Amino acid sequence: MSIIEPFRLLLFLVGIMAFVGLNAAYLVWVERKGAARFQRRPGPTEVGYGGLLQPIADGIKLLSKQLHVPPGADGVLFRAAPLLVMIPAMIGLAVVPFSESLVARDTNVGLLMIFAFGSINVMAIMLSGWSSRNKYAIISAARIVSQDVAYEIPMLLVVVTMLMATGTMNLNEIVQQQAGWFWRWNIFRLDVNPLMPLTFIIFFVCMLAETNRAPFDMAEAESELVAGAFTEYAGMGFGVFFIAEYANIILGCAFATILFLGGWQSPFGVWSGVFWFLLKMYVLVFTVIWVRWTFPRTQFYNLLNLSWKLLIPISLSTLILTAVVMKVLK
Amino acid sequence: MSALSALSSGETKGETFVINVGPQHPATHGVLRLKMTMDGEYITRAEPVCGYIHRMHEKMGENRTWAQFLPNTGRIDYLAAMAYSHAYVGAVERAAGIAAPPRAEYIRVITSELNRISSHLVWFGAFLLDLGGFTPLLYAFDDREKILDILEALTGSRLTYSYYRFGGVCNDVDDDFIRGTREFVAFMRPRMKMYHSLVTDNIILRKRLIGIGVISAEMCRQYGATGPVIRGSGVGYDVRKSEPYSVYRDLDFDVPVYPEGDCMARYLVRMEEMVQSLRIIEQALDKLPAGPVMASGVPRTLKPPAGDCCFAVEAARGRLLVRIVSDNKEMPYRVRLRTPSFCNLSLYEEASQGMMLPDALALLGSLDLVIPDIDR
Repeated sequence: MSIIEPFRLLLFLVGIMAFVGLNAAYLVWVERKGAARFQRRPGPTEVGYGGLLQPIADGIKLLSKQLHVPPGADGVLFRAAPLLVMIPAMIGLAVVPFSESLVARDTNVGLLMIFAFGSINVMAIMLSGWSSRNKYAIISAARIVSQDVAYEIPMLLVVVTMLMATGTMNLNEIVQQQAGWFWRWNIFRLDVNPLMPLTFIIFFVCMLAETNRAPFDMAEAESELVAGAFTEYAGMGFGVFFIAEYANIILGCAFATILFLGGWQSPFGVWSGVFWFLLKMYVLVFTVIWVRWTFPRTQFYNLLNLSWKLLIPISLSTLILTAVVMKVLK
Repeated sequence: MSALSALSSGETKGETFVINVGPQHPATHGVLRLKMTMDGEYITRAEPVCGYIHRMHEKMGENRTWAQFLPNTGRIDYLAAMAYSHAYVGAVERAAGIAAPPRAEYIRVITSELNRISSHLVWFGAFLLDLGGFTPLLYAFDDREKILDILEALTGSRLTYSYYRFGGVCNDVDDDFIRGTREFVAFMRPRMKMYHSLVTDNIILRKRLIGIGVISAEMCRQYGATGPVIRGSGVGYDVRKSEPYSVYRDLDFDVPVYPEGDCMARYLVRMEEMVQSLRIIEQALDKLPAGPVMASGVPRTLKPPAGDCCFAVEAARGRLLVRIVSDNKEMPYRVRLRTPSFCNLSLYEEASQGMMLPDALALLGSLDLVIPDIDR
């Protein structure tokens, strides 16, 4: 490791923070505008051209609010939870290759790292619910734990399937393997596993559940639990959870892009670069928003049933199928 | 299911705790409070606490003249105000022996049914909001806006119409109203198909509604539940058919009945009712007779002869009965309102027992409660 490496890392981390912050702010704008279009209304128009300054106005409003710790709440954990929820998404993005060279830390265990830190996310939201001393928040915390545990398993099984196909945990190498035309992408690699597109769908569903997005937004089911785990948070405390939600969506979509959709590889084999990565990622992000404004929320037990009775058996069988196919073909 | 059987036998495994759903909670659409005793996410007891928006409408009736109480009727169920005026006006007309001219009766039916559709559209949006689907609300309100525009042009207000008078209606309909209503009927039919394909066929919605919140016909009978709630439990009870008032006898329409008793049945009943209301409106417009819209010779200060008189209508939420007692004075001796939401709410405690929180709130939404209608 050279002497420049720590500075390079620092620079990238600052860049990632800016990327996440900007994305969270403007994804809120995109989500509000998108939702408005789905619902045939204009959305934010007042602040700036087309409401483009709305996120800044929202940010200023949130910053000016008091961060109130409710009486009886665990003050330390209550304040720590918003920090804890931000960190895993930031660290996860550090290993994401935006292009061949645009990656903060090109490590051989990138895949593992995202999952290792991603699991902290669950704990952070649970802490926020637990420390709030609010019944809605505690119900929500209990839901989040069982939901995330249930969906981490099929997600990991899918990733293990991918790992067998790629043979490496280095995200940059995974992308490089998918060079060429778009049928070289992992989602179309039917030679390893004829069910590869299905695997991608399972991954996407699990990602929605892991990031607590509709139709699996049990954590903040507003018609049941008011705002779930975040009920007691005001001002920027709430804002940080909001940013973290979008940061996790970006991380999840970036991860899906790398694993299945060829990362920064162009679909035609030429002119690969960061543009393709962002394009693919934002298409997925838009799909996440689209799903939210189209579907009603599932019930909690149906959510768990879906995971334990459907997703886990399917992902387990694709894992075995992949193993068999690869063994036979070799 | 073990938790459920433990609940029904009265024993709970762990500690129970109480959460308040309301009076300020996104799911109660008003100031209804449900005191829920929970065992985890299972409800052991959900006790409705009402009275937060009690305004003493019945007592107010005793302190003002017959005509002065008319505006109050529109403020009881603000989503379906026409039916409430209809019931009160009908009761007073029956007591005083006034008969409204046929044209007025037809106009009453048209406006009441338009109002029923607008009320069901609000329910449609709000119910799906309870289920976590935000988008249909905006579509439903968009459609409702068309009805409100039509009614505003006719009556001068958008919610609390006070359009009916003893012996007729306030003013005659014009060509704009008739054309606008016909356009609305033509517009609404394909919209209903769209709602069915976009919302009713959605797999998540079906999973959330089918088999959830089953209310038996017997439970409806015990609690006096009426309207779409009882029709969703397999009983074809509709005041418009069982004791026809106004000109409903001359109009051809069906009463949708679904026997399942679950949330889906109540959902489908209301969706089908909107289609039937469109049918009624279309026929009533075709049959609309010429003539005056007010009976002649209605005295300015009404003093119905002493007696006791009832008039029931089918409001959007069920059977609404107005009972008036007159002692031949300018003011009523007693005005009694039997409102459907109150009876429909009263079965909630029994029906929600042992349900999980999201399902219980789906059940609450499927009852289509209007809180001022409960508290009066």
